[in-house]
Amino acid sequence: MNTEILGIIASFLITILLAFPLGKYIARVFSGEKTFTDFLNPFERRIFRWCHVDPAKGMNWKEFLKAMLTINLLWLVYAFVLLLFQGHLPLNPDGNPDMTPDLTFNTAISFLVNCNLQDYSGETGVTYLTQLFVITFLQFVSAATGIACLIALFNGLKQKTTTNLGNFWVIFTKTITRILLPLCLIMAVLLAFNGTPTSFDGKDTITTLQGDTVQVSRGPAAGMIAIKHLGTNGGGWFGANSAHPLENPNYFTNMLEIVSQTLIPVALLFAMGWYIRRKKFAYIVFGIMTVGMLVLLIPTVISEVHGNPEISRLGVSQATGAMEGKEVRIGPAASGYWSIITTIISTGSVNSMHDSSMPVSGLMQMLGMLINAFYGGDGVGFLNYYIYIIIAVFISGLMVGRTPEFMGHKVEAREVKIAALVTLLSAFVVKGFTALAAYYFVHHPNADWAVKPSGWLNNPGYHGFSEMLYQYTSCNANNGSGFEGLADNNPFWNITAGLALLAGRYLPMIGPVAIGGLLAGKKYIPESSGTLKVDSFTFGIMTFAVIIIITALSYFPPLILGPVAEYFSMH
Amino acid sequence: MSNINPNRLFEPSLVKEALKQSFIKLKPRIMVKNPVMFTVYIGTIIMLAVCCWIMSGERSQGTLGYNFLIFFILLVTVLFANFAEAIAEARGKAQAESLRKTREDTPAKKIFPVGEIYMNEIKTIPSSQLRKGDVFICEAGDTIPMDGEIIQGLATIDESAITGESAPVIREAGGDKSSVTGGTKVLSDKIRVRVTTEPGESFLDKMIALVEGASRQKTPNEIALTILLASFTIIFLIVCVTLKPFADYAGTPITIAAFISLFVCLIPTTIGGLLSAIGIAGMDRALRANVITKSGKAVETAGDLDTLLLDKTGTITIGNRKATHFYPSGGVEESAFIESCILASLADETPEGKSIVELGTSVGVKGPAVQVENTKFIPFTAETRSSGVDIDGTSIRKGAFDAISRCVLKAGNSFPADTEEQVRIISSNGGTPLVVSRDEKVLGVIELHDIIKPGISERFQRLRKMGVKTVMVTGDNPLTAKFIAQKAGVDDFIAEAKPEDKMNYIRKEQTGGKLVAMMGDGTNDAPALAQADVGVAMNSGTQAAKEAGNMVDLDNDPTKLIEIVEIGKQLLMTRGTLTTFSIANDVAKYFAIVPALFITTIPALKALNIMDLKSPESAILSAVIFNAIIIPILIPLALRGVTYRPIGAGALLRRNLLIYGLGGIIAPFIGIKLIDMLLALFM
Repeated sequence: MNTEILGIIASFLITILLAFPLGKYIARVFSGEKTFTDFLNPFERRIFRWCHVDPAKGMNWKEFLKAMLTINLLWLVYAFVLLLFQGHLPLNPDGNPDMTPDLTFNTAISFLVNCNLQDYSGETGVTYLTQLFVITFLQFVSAATGIACLIALFNGLKQKTTTNLGNFWVIFTKTITRILLPLCLIMAVLLAFNGTPTSFDGKDTITTLQGDTVQVSRGPAAGMIAIKHLGTNGGGWFGANSAHPLENPNYFTNMLEIVSQTLIPVALLFAMGWYIRRKKFAYIVFGIMTVGMLVLLIPTVISEVHGNPEISRLGVSQATGAMEGKEVRIGPAASGYWSIITTIISTGSVNSMHDSSMPVSGLMQMLGMLINAFYGGDGVGFLNYYIYIIIAVFISGLMVGRTPEFMGHKVEAREVKIAALVTLLSAFVVKGFTALAAYYFVHHPNADWAVKPSGWLNNPGYHGFSEMLYQYTSCNANNGSGFEGLADNNPFWNITAGLALLAGRYLPMIGPVAIGGLLAGKKYIPESSGTLKVDSFTFGIMTFAVIIIITALSYFPPLILGPVAEYFSMH
Repeated sequence: MSNINPNRLFEPSLVKEALKQSFIKLKPRIMVKNPVMFTVYIGTIIMLAVCCWIMSGERSQGTLGYNFLIFFILLVTVLFANFAEAIAEARGKAQAESLRKTREDTPAKKIFPVGEIYMNEIKTIPSSQLRKGDVFICEAGDTIPMDGEIIQGLATIDESAITGESAPVIREAGGDKSSVTGGTKVLSDKIRVRVTTEPGESFLDKMIALVEGASRQKTPNEIALTILLASFTIIFLIVCVTLKPFADYAGTPITIAAFISLFVCLIPTTIGGLLSAIGIAGMDRALRANVITKSGKAVETAGDLDTLLLDKTGTITIGNRKATHFYPSGGVEESAFIESCILASLADETPEGKSIVELGTSVGVKGPAVQVENTKFIPFTAETRSSGVDIDGTSIRKGAFDAISRCVLKAGNSFPADTEEQVRIISSNGGTPLVVSRDEKVLGVIELHDIIKPGISERFQRLRKMGVKTVMVTGDNPLTAKFIAQKAGVDDFIAEAKPEDKMNYIRKEQTGGKLVAMMGDGTNDAPALAQADVGVAMNSGTQAAKEAGNMVDLDNDPTKLIEIVEIGKQLLMTRGTLTTFSIANDVAKYFAIVPALFITTIPALKALNIMDLKSPESAILSAVIFNAIIIPILIPLALRGVTYRPIGAGALLRRNLLIYGLGGIIAPFIGIKLIDMLLALFM
């Protein structure tokens, strides 16, 4: 049991050890300082020339967001078309069919927004062409989009007063060439050497020990699995995601995958310290996020390791903890750690089935996604945290008798309005859609749909409610993991989830960049001893309190009716 | 109205008026201005409808008594919030009225220009008929009927009616002391005054209008906070609306009363109900400090000030320089020297000159009798930079070191080394040396010193802890200025300052992103007052200065800026802490109401009833009652403001988080439990 806990600690320490130099490197890349990847300069220049991008031209926040949204729309159309006709396109050795329109809608959006909710199974739902040129492609660009928006925010924080948040195309391109591609290359090689398939051959057939034959899907998976984690995407090559033995063959790859998904979000925090020259602020943010993670992680690991009380009551020994839905080679502790990391970081890849997690773990996983800012996804994690900061700055600024300011800029009605809107939206999306689903489930159980509402839930009662709540929470957080057990590949879920995905992605990115741009354009106010220090421990605690209170107050009733009721009914 | 005690929070006559106003404010048109309370208002109306529905025979919503009780408590909640606003308004208005009352219906001796030939007729009319531009006369014993500017004459005026300061002040035509305020009394002499404001447009009138609400505009910070509170309200609206399908899923029927109770408890009614009261109370507190603010925004800005520009004279030092020592040169007898000093200063009406005579007589030297025929007083001129007297052919002069030394050397005499050394010592100690000579021979030197106001350096210390930088403005040379600056503990100084220097300094600070306040009275201060973020004009100052600033200090007390800063900070802090308190309260309310809603269908949730409330009905009632009574309980805090302590922003945040954040979580647990125990006695 102790070895399992040590495994968690080691994974976390390795993450920090790697994130530190990576953060420094990222800061250097975007500051334009010398790095060892400068040999890529001519290559990037050629890309800019070819795309008619003037790398020297700065953008204000509106131009930046316009560029970001335009290219995203283009990718959406591209992905939609390819998925819809994949069955007729090359690189389809297994002869998989076209996607249905509603599934295409869901899938294209899901990967575009870095969510990777999969209402299909990788083995049968997509072809090698779409795996590579839609799924993997979107996994790269969506991660880079998030990071680019974060760098824009940093650019606003870096200068005293500026309207220039940097050039979207340049930041975006460099994110891919300098950060994502090199890291993925290393990781894909490591995965391939540990047994993850890397070939274009179709299904293979093996004979099991019992003597029956099984068809095993393969494909050029290692590269995709690398970006799936480094890009905090989470969509698996195979349906079972990282619980699949070919996607996550052993404990080493398990550690590699969990380290790699935490790596960039943490490194970006350190990068912020160097880049905007406020190291203490970065460390405080990192500290608060780590505390937040521990608050979610510790109860999860304890409840998983202790096993299921219902099973204990049957007189079954659970020496290894709650093993239902978990892989033997990974164990409950590492699965618990993964389940928290993957939910706080918006990856959404799974190495165990969250549906089978203990109620406490389910609660913590949902809280992780509802907060969505403890480390958070690539780039977007800190963007979400920034919204909480704005609200914390506003309230605590008042409490010390000064009109609120953040890093030398006054926070006024317009910024508060945007921050409030972003906060409101997630409450609206998660609860609104869950309420809609609950309404149909209760009042129109036999509606004449592809799947009747009464057939949606594999589990009755509180757990069934959690399945629905989890689905929209995951969509809104752009997480992508699922409380499987929900019949979600049908028009109702595909479409509502797709809408939740869009809402949960773009406003939380537009909001912080807009606030950042607005604030950066304001007059700079130097600090005085009456100014609230945002890089202080006290302010860190304040932000933490704001996060907890806002989340708790917004989601108290549904969480009570789902996991909490389930927990109390079990004990 | 006359015997209102301004320090009592709930003066009975004001409470009566406020109670009346709380009902008048129930008009939807007024209610809609406060989005948080407006939703409670709608909730109240819905509950009234539910009560009617039950009376017509509906059985699914519980008993009529219970529903009526909820309706009643919600109505009381709205009334409490209205009352908070009304009492704040009433107090502000009473304070302003008591100032204004003095000037109403005083007889005014108006001058009517008659015909082409400038023969004027004086008629006594009520002050309310005076218009801007009219001219009136005031003689000894008259009360000045209206704000105005002296155009002719000089008078001593008793301003105690407005400032509370009993010592009379001198006001005269021309210059910076030409302004008189209605309600003050002329003690001597006769002045001719031109009315400068239309009736109903004086600063006091404007202030009353601000308090009354008709022209009260929300400040930017208030708007931002309202947005935040409105969004919290919407979040909780979503919570309550979505709870319906969730409850359906769980198979739990929830009554309308329960939904509305949950909603009203969750939305930030505490701060929503008190928000406008806090703003009005801020202006009211300023008024109690005898400062008229022209907008609520100015008070708010005062809390953010980074830099204060203070005139040295009258603010940091008492009046003018005073003589502190006589240093005769070697070989000169002290008493003879002092006698010469007194002689040289007899005709000198400046405070410095007077202080020399004062100091001389206090050490026992009598001023010699002077025959007027043989005596010629030489006034100070910028050219000679000295003044003195010629008696019987003897010339006695006092003046700056370089001026006297030039004369002495020109006459072929030497300047005594010991006196030169003394001059140097005095200068380097921040004093002003005044050399005295008789017939071009140096007699000695008088030391003049600025007297720093007692306690002023502690106040600067306090300001520094608040993060406010103080800048002294003085006409002194840099050396003297530096000495006084150090001694008084100001952070910076502008020496040899001309009016435009102030302006430039303000601009410079503002380009650095700082907020600057200054105090001024003269017409030449007007541009700087307008430029400053907070410009406080002294009431004794010129009309131009008063128009340019955004506050008027009735006491003419330059240290008032310090109080203004604190009032501003208090205003913001009260908003912040009550918002935190209000939101923190929700935790306990959830724990009271949510288990109550579901306990019948999900018995396992009994574990969440950590307050062990008696029944679902009593739990909901307790929460709603707590939610209502917390508003009047906090009215005193809203009116008085949260105490500001200059302990640094971090420490202040920790303190307030502990009191209002943690306290806000714990207090309702105790409060709701107590109310529940009380209700258990009746139910």
